Parts: sequence; C-alpha cells; structure tokens
Amino acid sequence: MKQLITLNINNQNYDVIVTPMDLLVDVIRKAIGLTGTKKGCGQGDCGACTVLIDGQPKLSCLTLAITCADKKIITIEGIANEDGTLHPIQDAFLDHGAVQCGFCTPGMILSAKALIDRNPNPSQKEIKTAISGNTCRCTGYINIVSAIESYANLVAEKGAK
Amino acid sequence: MGKMYEVSNRYNNYRDYTKEFTEVGRSIRRPDGADKVKGKVQYTDDLTLPRMVYGKLLRSKHAHANIVKIDYSKAMELEGVLGVITGEDCPIPYGIVPHNANEHALAVGKVRNWGEPVAAVAAVTEEIAEKALELIEVEYDVLEAIVDPREAVKRDDLRIHEDAPNNISYEGIQVYGDPDKALAESDYVLEQDYYSSYVNHGFIEPQSALADFDVATGKLHLYATCQVPHYTHQQLAKVLEMPLSKIRITVPLIGGGFGGKGVASQADFCSALLSRKVGRPVKITYERSDVFATNNGRHPCYMKMKLGFDKTGKITACDFTNLMDGGAYAGWGIVVLFYTASMVHIPYMIPNVRFDGKRVYTNKPTCGAFRGLGGVQPRFAMEQMLDQAAAHFGMDPYEIRMLNAAESGYTAMSKMYVPHTEYKKCLTECVEKSGYKEKHGKLPFGKGIGLSGGYYISGTSYTLYLSYKPHTVATIKVDEENDVTVYCGATDIGQGVDMVMAQMAAETLGVHTEDVTVIPRDTKISTFDLGTFASRLTFATGWAIRQAAEKINAELKPVAAGMLGIRGDEVEVQGGEFYNIYKPNKRVPWRDVVSSYIQTNGPLTKTGQFTPPRRKGIQQGGNIGHSPSFGFSAQIAEVDIDLETGKVNVVKITEAGDCGVAINPQSVEGQVHGSIGMGLGQALYEEMKIAPDGTFCNPSFHDYKVPTALDMPEIDANIVDAYDPSAPYGAKESGEGPIQPTIPAIFNAVYDAIGVRFTEMPLTPEKVLNAIKEQKAKGVF
Repeated sequence: MKQLITLNINNQNYDVIVTPMDLLVDVIRKAIGLTGTKKGCGQGDCGACTVLIDGQPKLSCLTLAITCADKKIITIEGIANEDGTLHPIQDAFLDHGAVQCGFCTPGMILSAKALIDRNPNPSQKEIKTAISGNTCRCTGYINIVSAIESYANLVAEKGAK
Repeated sequence: MGKMYEVSNRYNNYRDYTKEFTEVGRSIRRPDGADKVKGKVQYTDDLTLPRMVYGKLLRSKHAHANIVKIDYSKAMELEGVLGVITGEDCPIPYGIVPHNANEHALAVGKVRNWGEPVAAVAAVTEEIAEKALELIEVEYDVLEAIVDPREAVKRDDLRIHEDAPNNISYEGIQVYGDPDKALAESDYVLEQDYYSSYVNHGFIEPQSALADFDVATGKLHLYATCQVPHYTHQQLAKVLEMPLSKIRITVPLIGGGFGGKGVASQADFCSALLSRKVGRPVKITYERSDVFATNNGRHPCYMKMKLGFDKTGKITACDFTNLMDGGAYAGWGIVVLFYTASMVHIPYMIPNVRFDGKRVYTNKPTCGAFRGLGGVQPRFAMEQMLDQAAAHFGMDPYEIRMLNAAESGYTAMSKMYVPHTEYKKCLTECVEKSGYKEKHGKLPFGKGIGLSGGYYISGTSYTLYLSYKPHTVATIKVDEENDVTVYCGATDIGQGVDMVMAQMAAETLGVHTEDVTVIPRDTKISTFDLGTFASRLTFATGWAIRQAAEKINAELKPVAAGMLGIRGDEVEVQGGEFYNIYKPNKRVPWRDVVSSYIQTNGPLTKTGQFTPPRRKGIQQGGNIGHSPSFGFSAQIAEVDIDLETGKVNVVKITEAGDCGVAINPQSVEGQVHGSIGMGLGQALYEEMKIAPDGTFCNPSFHDYKVPTALDMPEIDANIVDAYDPSAPYGAKESGEGPIQPTIPAIFNAVYDAIGVRFTEMPLTPEKVLNAIKEQKAKGVF
C-alpha cells in the first residue's frame, strides 16, 4: 500500500510516496536523489549507508523509510557548513589522508561526527569502536582514526562543532 | 622557433639529480577529496539517464550443471518487463587474456560455478526485475562438482571444460641454471609444503554498469566500474560484434578495485546487450552476493618449495612446484601462474631456479588478479623458509636476508633486471626502528616478533595482446582559460593517480598542482592507457606526462626568453614564473608567457608517450614478471597471542619501503596502511568457504570477515631515502609491494611466540589453540 510521507532530510522536507517495504537508503538515493549515501553490502555489514537519525548513526539499508516520517535525518550532504565550506571534520579527513576511493567516507564521517557530538573527548579505543561498523578497504583505518582524533582536539580547543 | 629539448632535458636531469622538486614529494590534498567528503562525487550507481531501466541477473544455484532449457515466457508476461537475454544472445566468448578466452556474459550450455549468471532481465524497476527472475524456469542436468584442484587434476573423466584434459587450464615449466645439481651440492636443503587461501578483494563499491545503446546511431556508451576500460572496450567490441569506434566507455569514480575490477564484469556485457535489445539505457548494480559469485580474487595455491643453501647461508637453488586453484574460467590465470614463477627470482639472488606449475579448473567462482598477484603466495613460503634456514645456520633472520639481497643493477636468471633497489636499506631501517634484534627470540611465550621482505613489479613490459604500441599516452593542453589540462586514460581506483599525475605535470611545467586539471577515464576524451594493474601507473603516466610537459616547455621557454631579454638556455620555470637562472629576480609570470605564445602561434598542445623497455624472457611464460623497475619493502610484525583462545593479536607492524621518490608521501603511506590491512585479514581470518557440492557458504560481509578499525595494529610506515634514476622523478610502485611481507611477517612472529610453524592460511584461533595445547603437552610452557 503506497502512502505519502514527509521526510526531513538535512533540514529540508521532502514529500515522498513509499510502500511499507521501501528502505531508507533507496528512498534517499533514488526518490530524493541524494546519492552521497552509499550502498555497499545491503545487509548492514559495511556501514557505507550510515545516516544520522535524530543524531544517532543508523544503517539506512536496514531502516524502513516509513519509520522515519517524524524524525530528523542528516546525510553527508548535510554536514558541510551552510555557505558550502567544509565542516572541520571533513577538512580533517582530507588533511590526514583519510580518503582514498571515498566510498566509505560519507558513512565514516557521519559515524565519527555522531561520536564526537556525544563524546567530545573520546579515547582512541572509543573512536575505533564507533567506526567499527564502517568498513574501509583502502586506508587501513590508521589515517581515519588520526583525522577523527584531530577533529576531537579541535572541538576541545575551539569548541568547533 | 627553436626547439629546446636538450636544454630542457639537461636541466631536468640536474633537478632530478639534486631532487630539487617543488610539486613532487609534497603531501597535498587530493583534488577530488572535497567532493568525496561532501558526498557530491558520483560513482556509477549514482548515475541516472533519461528513460533508464534496471537490469538483474539470474544466477545458478548449482556449481556444475548442463542447462537443458530456459523458459522465460512467464517473465516476459509480467508488466514492466522489457526484455530478457540468455546465453544465446552472447555466444562469443571473451577473456582478458585473448588466447585463453572462455568466458561468456551468460552461461552457454553449461554452468561451471555457483552464481554463474544464466539469464538477465531488464524492467522498469528493480523490484519488477527481481520478480521476473523468479518467473524464469531453468531446467538443469546437475553434474558432480569438483572444488579441490588436487582432485580435479586427477579427474579426466569429469572435465569442467571439454577442451581441458585433467581440468588443466594452463601449465608451464621454467628451468634456469641447473637446480638439481645445485640442490645435490647444497650444504643444507629445506623443503616444505604450503597452502595459500581463497580470498576476495572486498572493495566496498559493488560493480555497476550503465549502458546506453543509441539505436539511431548504433553507438554504445557504457559507464562502468572498471579498472581496465581499454580491455573492457576490446571485449565489448568482440562480444557485441561492434567496431571499437562505436563504443565509448566512461569510468566515473571507482570505489576500490584491488584487481577485482581488472576484468570486464558480466554486468558490463549484460547491460549493453539489454540496452541494445530494449532500446533504453539499462543499469545493473551488483548485490554483494553477486560480487562474491564473480570473485576474480586471489588464487589458492598448493605449493611445494625446496630451497638449497651453501654453508655460508647463501641461497643456491629454488625448486618451486605450484598447483593453483583457478576456479571455473581462465580470467587472468595464465598471467598469475607465471607471476608466481617470476616472483621467486627477486628480492634475493638465486642462481638456479625451477618452476613447475599448473593452473587447474574447479567448480568455484573464477580466481584472477588481486593486489600483489602471483607474489603473495610464493613469498608466504620463501620468507618463512628463510627464517628456518637462519635458525639452522645460527644466523639472525635479518642477516640471512642481507646476505642474499639483490643490489641495484642485478639481473636475475630469468633476465629480470633490477635497475635500482634499496631493499637492504628497507631491512635495516625496519629492524632498527622496531628493536627487532633485541626482541627476536627473547620475548615471553605467547609474544613474538617476525621479519619479512617483499617486492613487486612497477609496470609490466607487455600488453596482454602483444602489441608494440605505446602503453600510455598523455596529452597536455595549455591555454589562458584553463591553465594546464592533462588528458590521460589512467584509472584512479582510489590510490590517487589523478593527483599524482597533476603533481608530476606541475613539476615539469613549473606551475602549481592546483593549476592542473586532469581529464581521466573516458575512452572518447582522454588519451590511451592500458589500465590500472601491475602497479604501472605512476611509472608509465609519469614518463608520458613528463615527455609532453618537456615539449610544452620547449615551446614556452624561447617566448619567455624573449620577454626577459635573455638567451633560451638561461630560462627556467618554477612556481608559476619563468626566470633567469643567473639573475633569479628577473621573472615573468607563466600565464603571460602562455598568452604571448598563443597570440603568436595559436593553441598549444603536446603529447607524450611511454613504452616500457623490452627485456625478453627466454622461456615459456618468461616474459611475465619483466618490469621497467621494482619496488621493495620489509616489515616486522609483533604479535601477542591469547593463550586461552588462540586469537592472534597483531600489536604493531613496522614497515620500511623503497618506492623511489614518493610523489605524494601521504598517499604512499595510505597504500602501505591499506596493504597491511588486507594482508592481516588474509593472514588471520579471511576465507571464502565453498561446500563440497560447490555451494558458496559465505557470500556476504556478514560471514566473510574483513578487518575493522578495531583489528588494525599500530603501524609505523617509513619511506626509505631512495631515487631510481630509471624512473620518472625517481618514483616507482608502492601499491602492491607492501602487501607481500605482511602475511609471512605475522607467521614468523607467531613462530617466535609459540614455537610452531604454520604453513596454511588463515591462522584461525582454532588452529593456533590446538598448537598451543600441543606445546603445553610437550612441556614447552
């Protein structure tokens, strides 16, 4: 049974027609056209499809779109500053060589940002745990962890968010 | 206007000699990085075209079966289904190696592995396409499956391919020197069997293809996730019976390849065939299970290695037998088979070598090219045997490697020539940085440290279809509107070649990297390049770009000289300005010189090319492994084994690599980290499991485990001071060499920790725990 719902994505309302079966990842990518959210495994294992739902990192390939009607969704397109300049966590990823093929990057950045938002002073173990659901096959994670650490330090120093 | 090539070359040689680079050697941000972190950049599956529809492949649940009948009439009756194709629509076989081409986009008459596609559907939505697959009726005559190559080679009664007796896909013998005599005369001979595992690349982006066949013009435009668009171009032309000129391949960004996208995928062919049939653009994106069914991953090898040593510890001979599990089809097989042969010749000096190898068909997804292909398997054996030999001679594992290490200018028995190596420096640097000598053999039970070395080719000297045309072409356009535009078909699969090409062009042209735009990965727009494999890009594109840039300089320098009022050979360019080398404060902006040139002469475009030197191999398959240069690396792994569970925790890896001059050191570091992550996964747990009937047991990331951030050890990656004079800007490979030492370093460390030598991957907790129990029973601890 198709129905009209409104999804709030990156502070913008989108009216979409969905069935109860439709996955959030497909609605975001195909119906709305925000292709920054990636689909790597379709089974909740790789984390490439991670989005923030009410501030929590969630796997959009395991989330039904219809359950998100009254929630706030943030995708990678909603991370940069309003004037289009990069968010400091995005800068940190580039400065530390944490981006190679880039396919895991959106999910990785969102998981990392959610961590720092709730815990601005994480240990390295906490960082690794927070991104352990995001698989990266290119970088070996070392530079990703360094990037997140540096962003956390920036938040601690300057109160950047 | 006078040509200035000599002046230009002379000065560049000087700059190379003194390594006075400004753009090369700098860790700049990736030019594509900002779009990647914003989610703006588009990969193949992100693309849509007007009137686009979706394709899906029906895959066989049987590993070995004759196809009796396919009835898709019910599928065609489903509303929204536009067309179905089967093997009848693609009878022409293809293959990356032309003289061993036996693959089909869809099975013809027979399926040979679980997951082989038998039909493809195009429908207006993915859901309808999936529903249509369920309505296709396929009648199979199921055959016995063979999944073990040791059995397959004995079963001539059950041929997977009719034309392959004993299921041998390809076999070869190479003999250099007199290994029998040398082994007989050796003071110490060591012989051991090894098995390397069946692993998958695990790139995060599944293959995707979007084909747009234009019925009006008869032209095909394919957007695809492909490391080798040139070879895909050739194979599409063959299968679709179309001229190359009517096919255009665009590769949007690729989400990791590691060799797995080094062949045309069935999605490439099926989307093109369906688009031609239904007259609309068709997109096929793989599910993760499709990726595993397609595989192309690393060949499992059953190896027997025999090494001879004289009384000083010098290697006298290597006798290497290799039975490779090729899976269902030929793929890159011949090439990988002979790479395993060539990879025993270096980084050590071995005066007598025999290789006896067979690649065998089995009813498993086909094996192909995977990072460090052909080198990872024999290195796993040899680097452990060196440790064993060192113990026999009472030497340190570091000493025996130093004693046997090849030096710059070394020519192996196979005629492989090493123009430059700092392998010894790699060994020394990682031994010093890790404290190896103080720790090896001295840590408490359960903790250990292990050393290993490795190397890899930096480019290949041959095309797969043995053509002598240039392997890479780069065109540089200079104008007032865009500054510098580099056209080159090299395919960035995440390693950063687009950035490296911009840095190298900027270096020679004397501009900033940010002033350079690279137009890559489109067979219609960018210039010819063979593809991303064999760690060839930095080397090959480097020479092509440098040659083109020097030709540009030869045009611009006389103009600049006129503007500066000096002689042409007194001009140099750097930092966006031409200047008088004797009076460096006399300068003129590069852009002003370009404007002046174009107003007088018109457009300025120059092309450079690279063809590798040909050093012909002297035996069957002996051409494979020859490379313009080689990269080297050494690693030391430290492990801490949980004695209760048998889990091997890799605590730290110290790496030192010789990639010549690092064009972008941060990028090199990234390649090293990534290599170590992959090697660690293969060493400890990654393995595709195939049931005796050929069913794939773990075709998902849920059951096929790849390392997470929590699994990674501390890594100390070091770039040794090196400069290869035969390489552009002194630079050579860094993408595949660093995976070679990881696995044997971990295995050597485990031996140091518990005194047990393992010869099979992966090193699961079960195997380790059993070994610990045996050691305990012996009273070792």
